[in-house]
Amino acid sequence: MTAQGKDLELGKDLIGLEDLTREQILGILDTAEPFKEISERSIKKVPVLRGQTIVNLFFEPSTRTRISFEFAEKRLSADTVNISSTGSSVQKGETLVDTARNLEAMRIHMVVVRHGSSGAARFLADRIPSNVINAGDGQHAHPTQALLDLLTIRDRFGAIEGRRVCIVGDIRHSRVARSNIWGLLKCGAEVAVCGPRTLIPAGIEDLGVRSFGRVEEAIEWCDVLYVLRLQLERMEGGFVPSLREYNRVFGVTSERLELASDEMVVLHPGPMNRGVEIDSDVADGPRSVILPQVTNGVAVRMAVLYLLAGGRPELAESAKTGAG
Amino acid sequence: MSRPLLLEGGHVVDPSTTRDGSADVLVVDGRIEAVESDLVGPDDADRLSVEGLVVAPGLIDVHVHLREPGGEHKETIRTGAQAAAAGGFTTVWAMPNTDPPLDDPAAVGFVRQEARRWARRGEGGARVSPVGAASKGLAGEQMTEIGGLVDAGAVAVTDDGRPISDPALMRRLLEYTQTFGIPVLQHAEDMRLTAGGVMNEGSVATELGLRGIPSASEAAVVARDVLLAELTGGHLHIQHLSTCESVDLVAAARARGARVTTELTPHHLVLTETAVRDYRTEAKMNPPLRTEIDRTALRTALIDGVIDMIATDHAPHHYEEKEREFDDAPFGVVGLETAFAICHQDLVVSGDMTLPALVDRMSCIPARTMGIDGGTLRPGSPADIVVLDPDARWTIDPERFLSKSRNTPFAGFEVTGRVKRTIVAGETRYEDSA
Repeated sequence: MTAQGKDLELGKDLIGLEDLTREQILGILDTAEPFKEISERSIKKVPVLRGQTIVNLFFEPSTRTRISFEFAEKRLSADTVNISSTGSSVQKGETLVDTARNLEAMRIHMVVVRHGSSGAARFLADRIPSNVINAGDGQHAHPTQALLDLLTIRDRFGAIEGRRVCIVGDIRHSRVARSNIWGLLKCGAEVAVCGPRTLIPAGIEDLGVRSFGRVEEAIEWCDVLYVLRLQLERMEGGFVPSLREYNRVFGVTSERLELASDEMVVLHPGPMNRGVEIDSDVADGPRSVILPQVTNGVAVRMAVLYLLAGGRPELAESAKTGAG
Repeated sequence: MSRPLLLEGGHVVDPSTTRDGSADVLVVDGRIEAVESDLVGPDDADRLSVEGLVVAPGLIDVHVHLREPGGEHKETIRTGAQAAAAGGFTTVWAMPNTDPPLDDPAAVGFVRQEARRWARRGEGGARVSPVGAASKGLAGEQMTEIGGLVDAGAVAVTDDGRPISDPALMRRLLEYTQTFGIPVLQHAEDMRLTAGGVMNEGSVATELGLRGIPSASEAAVVARDVLLAELTGGHLHIQHLSTCESVDLVAAARARGARVTTELTPHHLVLTETAVRDYRTEAKMNPPLRTEIDRTALRTALIDGVIDMIATDHAPHHYEEKEREFDDAPFGVVGLETAFAICHQDLVVSGDMTLPALVDRMSCIPARTMGIDGGTLRPGSPADIVVLDPDARWTIDPERFLSKSRNTPFAGFEVTGRVKRTIVAGETRYEDSA
């Protein structure tokens, strides 16, 4: 193995981008490049993970992330099983430890886990020998989402370093925001957050980001405006008075985007609340790279699966031609 | 009655009599008979050499959870009292948040009787004094029959585990308890500000994606309750202070003459919120570990006396309950068997506090301020004694705990200072085998 290849080794699991180096992150993005093309073929399948068994273990409802992982797994020829179970382990009677032990007893290769509690992916990874990929844990991390966002930004601007990215919305409850902050900072971007003060968590500046009180300031400042979904239950928690009020003060509208630079782009992790955090003419407009994000999601997840299974980044191009 | 006991050749540390020097201690009929140099003692006395060791009044912990009745898989009155004795404690106050809670005289009497029953069978530990519930069912609404609870043996009232949220109820409690001369113990927390938080609010919680509990959740209730103590003249004891703001509020209220006492846990003395990193559930407790600024302020307040005493908030949980997602794991850590060593290491070995001052904060002051018969080696007092080896170095190993539970954040800590023997009413209840 080359020295470069060794530096890129991810270890057993992918839990959060805070655990990775800049080189590892960029290495995953580089590995994703050749995999992009597979999805453009008529026969979208290569034998890279033939014989590997993967469990998609979703303790929280998810459509987009689960489907994206499943496509990535199937296009790499892995055998997959989906387990969905909502509610915490306390509510459903079986503890996460027991779930982990049962998975271990079935001798599976990888687990893709989504869970409502922060730290649950790490908890599982520490207790089973299989590779664990975090598909979102509580409000902590969603590393593959951030990786696909980084890839999308790099596709558009050629490089992430030096770009100004502002994440707008419910930073407090967002694992997407946290993973993006880690990933963007490690890749050399300038990062800001913006939202009502009720949704900005204490001590966020200690992570190395600045914050804007008004969305107009953020739009003027940034190259990339990352719009977060406003969870509807935040109204019940009293964090914002109403959806209408949120849209009035923080909604990303085409009028507000007139303040932006010509090259500025808009990202959103989906699913969108049109007319709340983002207006339809922005979501469907020329600045939106929301659908390219979704396409990149499959490629990035293929890259992560490939690397954790022991694949070497420099061989990703040849791996997809069928050598396995 | 057992035979007289003579502890020979030790170094007696008793801040209640300002004694700090070599002396023998004679115990007769479960009481201190004499503390003097070169005591001869009666012919039939058991003689025990404690040369090179410190003899001090037994430690007192006014805040423990013994879980019985209802949580016997975590701890029982027997194992809790034995764990207390292993930690050098001769008296502990058992909190009423059991199942059922200690909100009627029968339940309060049960705890006291159970501890005495095990002691009679030779399996006793520290004395166990029940604390009664302040409100029926710990619901925070209707005051319990406090006179009845006191007659059954209650030494204080509290809704600990939960705060007494209603300010009018707190006022009435601070007034009504004056008839009985007992304190109201408050777990100071505004549950609406806590709002489901699981650790200190701040950059570590933000990084981990865990919901935070702001300092103001504690300090706001401390501010309110010191005013009510001042208004009523009642004795308010604020449990487990965790924030620097609370320290300032207490100091100001005491300067105005309010009857407010306070306690600090060993874990808030030495740990901060960073101990939670990696989602360590053994560092999950309420109030949560706070920042270094808070820790330093609390430590200084203990040394200066704004915080009166150490109390452990010993909160045993079964390992399976802590082996969970951070959000789902229960709050609380055990503390009885590590408290002296942790405090001695942090305060005395560092030179910031003398050993007599630490004994004062772990024995004499709790006895004096909370009206407990103990905390002194004065002749005539109960022979509740701890023998300490201040130079013994050891590593904390939870597997060796006498407690039923192992949920400590101190596993593997290297400490100096060890409990060698614990004597209650003249009877050895714990002896170090190491």
